[in-house]
Amino acid sequence: METRNLICIGCPLGCPVTVTMDGDDINVTGNTCPRGADYAKKEVLSPTRIVTSSIRVKDGEIARVSVKTKSDIPKSKIFEVMKEIQAVQVDAPVALGQVLIKDCAGTGVEIIATKTVERV
Amino acid sequence: MKQHDIVIIGGGPAGLSAAAAARKAGVQDILILERDGVLGGILNQCIHNGFGLHTFKEELTGPEYASRYIDMVEEEKIPYKLNTIVVDINKNREVTYINKEEGLVTIQAGAVILAMGCRERPRGALNTPGYRPAGIYSAGTAQRLMNIEGYCVGKEVVILGSGDIGLIMARRMTLEGAKVKVVAELMPYSGGLKRNIVQCLDDYGIPLKLSHTIINIEGKERLTGITLAEVDANRNPIPGTEEHYSCDTLLLSVGLIPENELSKGAGVSMNRITSGPNVDDCLETEVEGIYACGNVLHVHDLVDFVSQEAALAGENAAAYVKEGKAGKKSHKVALSAENGVRYTVPQVLNVDTMKDTVTVRFRVADVYKDRYIAVYYDDKLISRKKKKVLAPGEMEQVVLKKSSFEGYPEIKQIKICTEVE
Repeated sequence: METRNLICIGCPLGCPVTVTMDGDDINVTGNTCPRGADYAKKEVLSPTRIVTSSIRVKDGEIARVSVKTKSDIPKSKIFEVMKEIQAVQVDAPVALGQVLIKDCAGTGVEIIATKTVERV
Repeated sequence: MKQHDIVIIGGGPAGLSAAAAARKAGVQDILILERDGVLGGILNQCIHNGFGLHTFKEELTGPEYASRYIDMVEEEKIPYKLNTIVVDINKNREVTYINKEEGLVTIQAGAVILAMGCRERPRGALNTPGYRPAGIYSAGTAQRLMNIEGYCVGKEVVILGSGDIGLIMARRMTLEGAKVKVVAELMPYSGGLKRNIVQCLDDYGIPLKLSHTIINIEGKERLTGITLAEVDANRNPIPGTEEHYSCDTLLLSVGLIPENELSKGAGVSMNRITSGPNVDDCLETEVEGIYACGNVLHVHDLVDFVSQEAALAGENAAAYVKEGKAGKKSHKVALSAENGVRYTVPQVLNVDTMKDTVTVRFRVADVYKDRYIAVYYDDKLISRKKKKVLAPGEMEQVVLKKSSFEGYPEIKQIKICTEVE
């Protein structure tokens, strides 16, 4: 039996949760909502993160457009995803929600704009 | 002089939410004054996610959260002026602003909503010895330079203070290829949210040194290094604990201060602890018709609570311009923060006119484990709730019900405190 103490990051409350693993049997305590149990299970089995960053914009009203991975990606892929994000430059205008990279670093996850940048 | 029913100072999350709520409450003539060139305030540079879980039940980035409220304001065709800085508000609710198109203009407001937000505590407030080279930024300044203006702020970074913006910037700079060597915090606990310590420091193996401060800054043109030392219980550096770090960048995340120069000018009474105005349960300041909400009132951790609070200010300002106060009697009861509770917002409750429930927000003075949060009406215990952990970095709240005041017609004081047993 293995026990891990985590802090749930599902929401800003940050509940301290305890995960007890006994073979395939995973027990979570300390969470105040079902999201906490889901988070703790995922965190011990296959941790993932949403990555947010920014991409250079050509001819935009501002120099960078903020972006995020459309869904969470494996934690181990964060720096590969960042490398692709840093290599890209897009032309203004960019619309909120626009897909800027289709399959980022082989994760199958899109990189989308999180703000609108008008052309100047 | 031009007149408007409600004038809102600031087009950030508080101002936008207040505007949307005031319109929903039936006020047509609203004007938002914003000094930046865009609406959305500081959310525009907060490109990380985690916003809106309470409000929209999904995890948004700052710009996405802002766009939801900007869309509401645009759809409702609520007028706003950008690149417009308010220079004065007086107690008669005359608001003076400047912009390039109109010059200096004074307008008369039926009600004013203060929503100016806060600013970062600067190096000058810290008395840190050493040189004054380039490369020392407040965390939010670095965030703007990096996320909006597209500059690489630095390569080898030390962060002083464990406020949320500093933690977020530790991760952000790491992702952009910088080496964040250490986050040093003067206090024995972090000033940031727990989840930010997990997501921004632990995920990347960045050490957090509690009870540490910077005792020297080196470098004449550009920062070349700093000296860190452990501090004792009185926050004095302990000789022999000095550690040198070479770095080209120092970020300061050492607290936020509500930006209340305009409020003071209007004669609003200020709270020594929050550095924001004293308000009642309507979020009205002690000057009639002037309301306050968001980080100008007290610094929040979560924008969701800013939006909620601002919506309340918007509704109440709307009720004020539509119905006024004439004939409304009011039994004002002071809220008192005691024994580990540092302050409350609001500071005063109108028991006769309060809504069915009033949310009282507060912060505690230290990290406490297994304590109760207790509410007393005069000397009578009304409610008690056990909390596993209380920390100054995480705002707490209690909800007071109007019905709970039945049987206390002579109440003089509401006390909110922590209790050990």
